[in-house]
Amino acid sequence: MSGNASAVRGAPSSTKRSRCKLLHPPASGGVLMLSLWLNVLASGVLIGLVYGLVALGLTIIFGVMRVVNFAHGEMVVFGVYIGYWTVRIWDIPIIAAAAIAAVIMFLFGYLLEALVVKRFVNRPHHYQFIVFIGLSLLFSGVLLVSFGPDPRPTASQLSFQTVAVGPLTLDWARIQAALTAGVLIAALSAYLKYSAFGRSLRAAANNRLGGLVVGLNIPRVYAVTFGIGSACAGVAGALISPLFDAQPYLAVDFTLLAFVTVIVGGLGSFGGALLGGLTIGVAEAVAALMFTPSMKTALPYALLIIILILRPRGFFGAKEV
Amino acid sequence: MTALLEVKNLTKSFQGLVAVNDVSFALAPGRITALIGPNGAGKTTCFNLVAGALSPTRGQVLFEGRSIERTPPETVCRMGVARTFQIVRPMKDMSVLENAMVGAFSWTTSVKEARAKAYESLENVGLAGKANARTDQLTLPDRKMLEMAKALSTRPRLLLLDEVMAGLRPTEAAGVVGVLQKLAESGLTILLVEHVMRIVMEVASTVVVLHHGAKIAEGKPSDVVADPRVLESYLGAGFHA
Amino acid sequence: MQKKFDQTSDPKRWGAGVLVFAILAMVGSISNAYIISLLTVVLLFAFMGQSWNLMLGIGGQLSIGHALFVGIGAYSVAILNIKYGITPWIGLILGAAIAGLIGAVLAWLSFRFEVRGIYFALLTIAAAEFARIMFGGWDYVGGMQGLFFQAPTGSMDLAMLRGDTRFYYFVALTLAAIGVAGTEMISRSYLGYVWRAMRDDDDAARALGVQTFRHKILVISISAATAAIGGGVLGLVQGAIFPDSIMGMGISVDVLIGPVVGGLGTAFGPLVGSMAAIPLHHAMGALGDSFGIPGLNSIAYGAVLILVVWFLPDGIWPAVVRLYGAIQLPARVRISKLQEVENDRAA
Repeated sequence: MSGNASAVRGAPSSTKRSRCKLLHPPASGGVLMLSLWLNVLASGVLIGLVYGLVALGLTIIFGVMRVVNFAHGEMVVFGVYIGYWTVRIWDIPIIAAAAIAAVIMFLFGYLLEALVVKRFVNRPHHYQFIVFIGLSLLFSGVLLVSFGPDPRPTASQLSFQTVAVGPLTLDWARIQAALTAGVLIAALSAYLKYSAFGRSLRAAANNRLGGLVVGLNIPRVYAVTFGIGSACAGVAGALISPLFDAQPYLAVDFTLLAFVTVIVGGLGSFGGALLGGLTIGVAEAVAALMFTPSMKTALPYALLIIILILRPRGFFGAKEV
Repeated sequence: MTALLEVKNLTKSFQGLVAVNDVSFALAPGRITALIGPNGAGKTTCFNLVAGALSPTRGQVLFEGRSIERTPPETVCRMGVARTFQIVRPMKDMSVLENAMVGAFSWTTSVKEARAKAYESLENVGLAGKANARTDQLTLPDRKMLEMAKALSTRPRLLLLDEVMAGLRPTEAAGVVGVLQKLAESGLTILLVEHVMRIVMEVASTVVVLHHGAKIAEGKPSDVVADPRVLESYLGAGFHA
Repeated sequence: MQKKFDQTSDPKRWGAGVLVFAILAMVGSISNAYIISLLTVVLLFAFMGQSWNLMLGIGGQLSIGHALFVGIGAYSVAILNIKYGITPWIGLILGAAIAGLIGAVLAWLSFRFEVRGIYFALLTIAAAEFARIMFGGWDYVGGMQGLFFQAPTGSMDLAMLRGDTRFYYFVALTLAAIGVAGTEMISRSYLGYVWRAMRDDDDAARALGVQTFRHKILVISISAATAAIGGGVLGLVQGAIFPDSIMGMGISVDVLIGPVVGGLGTAFGPLVGSMAAIPLHHAMGALGDSFGIPGLNSIAYGAVLILVVWFLPDGIWPAVVRLYGAIQLPARVRISKLQEVENDRAA
């Protein structure tokens, strides 16, 4: 394993599966081991911040609207494609691509909520779930139709640059993605905590009827919330586009990864989304080192099952569904 | 005579707030007992403790001598205690008769027997004529009677009624009183949580009064109503009869 | 007007059912192999849809990971038959037993630890995906290369459950018929009442003595076992199974689309829904292939799910029934009004 973007990926799905020994710890010892482990852990932490951003989007939507966005992975993939195309056409830095993704996906989310999701917010949960599966299928289909099933290699100069930090050799793309994600998570959390709109968001989350009574424009709050949630997903997607080839089939894996992250951290908790992201990022990275690829891919699901059973509320506790 | 239900030193606190405070009383079989008190007195909490929906912090609930305070609701029901819910919850795509049948499956698996018992329950509450109706076509008093019929199908020896008169007009409430009296005559023991004093006076043979979670009076309705402590709890201090 | 809403066994419904299946049996004699094989798949998913329908429509438990049970059934049949030459009949029974057991265990774990509603649904997907990935890495079951049945000889061998396309059509038809009849009978049995009560309001059901914990495990277990049987036959029909195909999300969606589109909780719904949705899926897939645009079938499925839940949440079949009722209404109203007047006079 090297610092090559295509090899050391936190990619939730791997096209290569190998024989079934569960574990294959790397050979060689001593300093090399330490440096390997450190690199892997750092890598995991970095991607974990991006997962945290994805999870933050999902958890905001759930926290405020009590709606489970099963199409979240598709939104991340939309972001990946936006990153891919904007860089390809205009050769702009990734951060700019992420900004464009933020705007596009915010509008997308806002309109989706206002036109479609809104009609299902008060329906029983299983109908909501089914509607979102429908949306997820729809979006995947659109992605396939628009871009085809083949992965688009998002090669750019960025993809292969590395930075040496002490014993660590890190992908510059990964660092950029992580820093941006971290900043956004902090900024968004602060905004939601201290701004007037943030207060109305949290009021709506706490008590919808009460919010209506005091004059909150709940429909608009919900639409904006959904917009913010999808923007998070889109930005995360754009940020990781140098690291993953863009393809529609990533979507389902991302959705489930987002769910694992959110549930580990606690559905509805912002801090939890971040912590969940870091946990999953590191767990995946360690698993990649210690287990076979199939075990590593399966790890998030195993974790999800275990966490659901042991503590469905995650670390930070969440309100009941 | 031995009590059908005995509540001993029942206490329930929610994170420091004591909702029910060392309440004890007993229910004689075949009688109607009412649990009353001003708002916030702890009646509903007490009710839920007896019904097995909540477990107490301290104390016991003994049904026919057996302790049931930590028994799950479905087992409590199978032992002979049935309850209604204040917010009526009929099952949507089943008819009135079918709603009434569910309770019977706690003692039989035969659909025929369940249907027969359901008819009987509906007759007891006066809903037999609407057996094939859909539940969304029922009036409020009818829905409350359906709740009662559902509970009756479980063949209870003790029936717990949670504010069954709430929202009913006087004529409707009178109908319910008639049903309750008939049920008591047939040997059923009933515990009512109730707000409407007039009904309580008409129907209950014993009244238990709660205030701030504690029992402040118990006895015949006429005695309790004249009790100065009871008056004070409802009307405030300084009231003179 | 008081429509008779009782769920007592209605000879008309059984008559209608027999008629439908008689027609479908006749369809089995047409010569177009493509249509026969498409309908075979439709009928199999109608059967598997019934099992999912039982769990959600009647029992109130949502599962989005039914592919797990379908896959277990398929792999049981395949492993026993391909590796050891054992007849699929045994494979089906074993598959059903294993799936039922796993379903029961998942249910027990979940409800013991308060994993309900959408959390439970997420658990089912996680379990299905976990199994899919693990099977993909497991050489004994063929890993990603999957398992291949021996090419069918075309001659019918009932003992080994082998035959030509038409043979499997009738197997699927039988299963679909069992599915409809079974759902109908369960609906009218004590389990049907108790499960529906549990679905509508768990607390109220418990207060009436329903042991909802046990019943949830039971309904999920039965649902899993029946889905496995469908999966076993599906594997035989397809001739080969791969983890991504037989345990993937796609299968879970194929299973649920019939009941959701056709009518949750009804006996005919899954059949009607499968017959509407699955051919559409195939048609869009074929259309996409001919134009070189993949993904049209996903769009079709997605659109159908959203539109049905939006406009016809009860499904197509209940809407049809309502329409039929509305058309018949005038005559019935007059008759029942007469009845009412007579009853009042007699009272």
